Amino acid sequence: MLSRMADSLYWLSRYMERAENLARILDVAQRLAALPSAYAGASNEWESAIATAACKAEFDTKYSEATRENVVRFLVGTDGYAGSIMACIETARANARSVRTTMTTEMWEIINDSWNDLHRVRAEQLSPTELARFLSSVKQMSLRFDGAAYRTMLRTDHYYFQRLGMFVERSDNMARLLDVKYHVLLPDREPVGGSLDYFQWSSILRSVNALTSFHWVYRRSIQPWLVADFLMFRPEQPRSLISCYKSMNEHLDHLADAYGRQGPAQRTARATLSKLSQAEINEVFQSGLHEFLTDFIADNNALGSAISQQYLS
Amino acid sequence: MPQYFDEMRHETGEVRASYGKIDSWIRSTGQDIIESRKREAELFFRRIGITFNVYGDAQGAERLIPFDILPRIITGTEWGRLAKGLEQRIKALNAFIGDVYGAREIIAAGIIPEDLVFQNPAFQPEMTRFKPPADLYIHIAGIDIVRDDAETFYVLEDNARTPSGVSYMLENREASMRLLPDLFSQYRILPVDNYPDALLETLRSVAPRSASREPTVVLLTPGPFNSAYYEHSFLADKMGVELVEGRDLFVRGNIVYMRTTEGPKRVDVIYRRVDDDFIDPLAFNPTSMLGVAGLLSAYKAGNVTISNAIGTGVADDKAIYSYMPEILKFYLGEEPILKNVPTWRCREPDALRYVLSNLDKLVVKEVSGSGGYGMLVGPHATKAQRDEFSEKLKLNPQDFIAQPTLALSTVPCFVENGIAPRHVDLRPYVLCGAEGVRCIPGGLTRVALKEGSLVVNSSQGGGTKDTWVVEE
Repeated sequence: MLSRMADSLYWLSRYMERAENLARILDVAQRLAALPSAYAGASNEWESAIATAACKAEFDTKYSEATRENVVRFLVGTDGYAGSIMACIETARANARSVRTTMTTEMWEIINDSWNDLHRVRAEQLSPTELARFLSSVKQMSLRFDGAAYRTMLRTDHYYFQRLGMFVERSDNMARLLDVKYHVLLPDREPVGGSLDYFQWSSILRSVNALTSFHWVYRRSIQPWLVADFLMFRPEQPRSLISCYKSMNEHLDHLADAYGRQGPAQRTARATLSKLSQAEINEVFQSGLHEFLTDFIADNNALGSAISQQYLS
Repeated sequence: MPQYFDEMRHETGEVRASYGKIDSWIRSTGQDIIESRKREAELFFRRIGITFNVYGDAQGAERLIPFDILPRIITGTEWGRLAKGLEQRIKALNAFIGDVYGAREIIAAGIIPEDLVFQNPAFQPEMTRFKPPADLYIHIAGIDIVRDDAETFYVLEDNARTPSGVSYMLENREASMRLLPDLFSQYRILPVDNYPDALLETLRSVAPRSASREPTVVLLTPGPFNSAYYEHSFLADKMGVELVEGRDLFVRGNIVYMRTTEGPKRVDVIYRRVDDDFIDPLAFNPTSMLGVAGLLSAYKAGNVTISNAIGTGVADDKAIYSYMPEILKFYLGEEPILKNVPTWRCREPDALRYVLSNLDKLVVKEVSGSGGYGMLVGPHATKAQRDEFSEKLKLNPQDFIAQPTLALSTVPCFVENGIAPRHVDLRPYVLCGAEGVRCIPGGLTRVALKEGSLVVNSSQGGGTKDTWVVEE
């Protein structure tokens, strides 16, 4: 397929995934901010939302304080921020429009419908109800897009690039989320159910839609190191770093088979997968969760560049 | 008020046989149901994203062309005659272009004045003595047809460059099948949905001799900002060929390649929707960002087919149009099956005099204009507009032709206050490959939705209709 098309397909999948992640970040911030101050403590959930979305520098140039109003406006995108949810959907659609032939009608309709609906959001400030509805429709969009891609695309390079974009973005977002919250995950704290931290941990799980499934896997109450273990190393958890890398390796292998050639992308992905497979949560905590995640984010970026160089330019 | 030929009703008001089922469908279907079908249609087009961009309109970046749900009926007999005429026409056009870039017999015979060819902005000297595969230049044509009585079809315009609108023909059919299943099932309607396959076959049939047995076809688009971009992506998708932009292609050693995820891949046939002037910055407009440097040279080396060929515009110019009856006779030795609209060439002093003194009765068109831009519809223009136009005419008479205001036929349309007749034209699509000519039964019916208007162009407030060629 054309490199330009593969590039657009890869990036539009990243933008769809990113829009969903931003929506989840806002959802959780909203939920935590609604707790009584005795639970919420000194932490500012809105600041942490900005940190998780990795846009602190851009935010600070526009606003002096991370209030609900400012953060919602910024991340939803009614103020025109180029990395906002609305901007992600806008970019995804522009990419989709330029490469319509690479996707199925179903996928296009989902992007186009969402764009038609969402770009009507003009309100400078969304009420909590409007915000909740907006965030839910963004999550729905991403789920439907993922499902449509899975169910309707031919299993050819088009599909592999779509999946790769989604997984590169997903693992990046997951690692950042964990990194921003890593201080509350450190096991030297008293793990008391019902404490402030309990809500922080559960919010992390909730933000990746893994609260219920946590209990099904561990069958015990939430423990911070288990939250990290679940989201990093458990193959049962479809959003975990290791699940993302298993899928990426699979899709890169399909590409190598189809094209009859391996390259740096395949090697990088294999190396990162083997790091993840050999890691053990207690050791990671001992040697430093933050360091592990920082390395992972760098490895994941390296894979992104390798894919770009090998296939997309 | 002139009496127009209505395709649904006789002058007496009686419904023609071919429209009988539509008439009873309208009668038996409530107004509210028709209204709701109409809304569904709009939703359908908005969802699939079949929009177009209007040039010079900053607001409406993406607009829908209004779709009228009532189908237009053409009988099989009428179509049979039309198709023969279209086939004859495209054969003559191809022969004419081959001659103009070859032996130039028609000029030697004194039938066509030589300046009309050589000073034509669409004439491409680079094409001289170049023979494309199967000696075919036009592979895809859209011939605009109008009628003003039951018997006569007129050709209004030959579109031999990059005719557009075929995606509307196909999507309109999808829409009417979905929205009017009850009515649809009462007729036997010749299908149009094989068009993309027929197009692909046609394109493959004119691949260069050096191409492999499975030639690689691509569709070259100017990109998402072009007004017909939807159509480009639609056709590429239905044919299963890559939709490329200029930057996806490059030429090395007179061979065209596209940049793919697997490295460079050779391209054999380019269905281009980019105008001649922009297709190769080395050969034509040097500032073009849409083309491919070196493409013309690869083309002339016989390593790639460009479809339609470069320089076909020399045949669809409105001045050449007026010679079509002679062109037909000259190459085919046949009488034209489809009539030409009588045309005054303002370059001829007698004609100019006549046109100037009858501006209120005539339609004046720029020779190289298209899309309904730069024309004067005399009877509908104000005195000031006519005066302004006659100045333009006197200044550059050779740039204009004039035709009588045709009493375009009308068909019933669903308008704000019910059902009323509106003027229509028809653009059938003709494919011409090494294995012969194919006319897709039907085409795009364009309708002037404004009451009394004769301008059907979508850029001027026109709409479209599905066109059913029905077996009697």
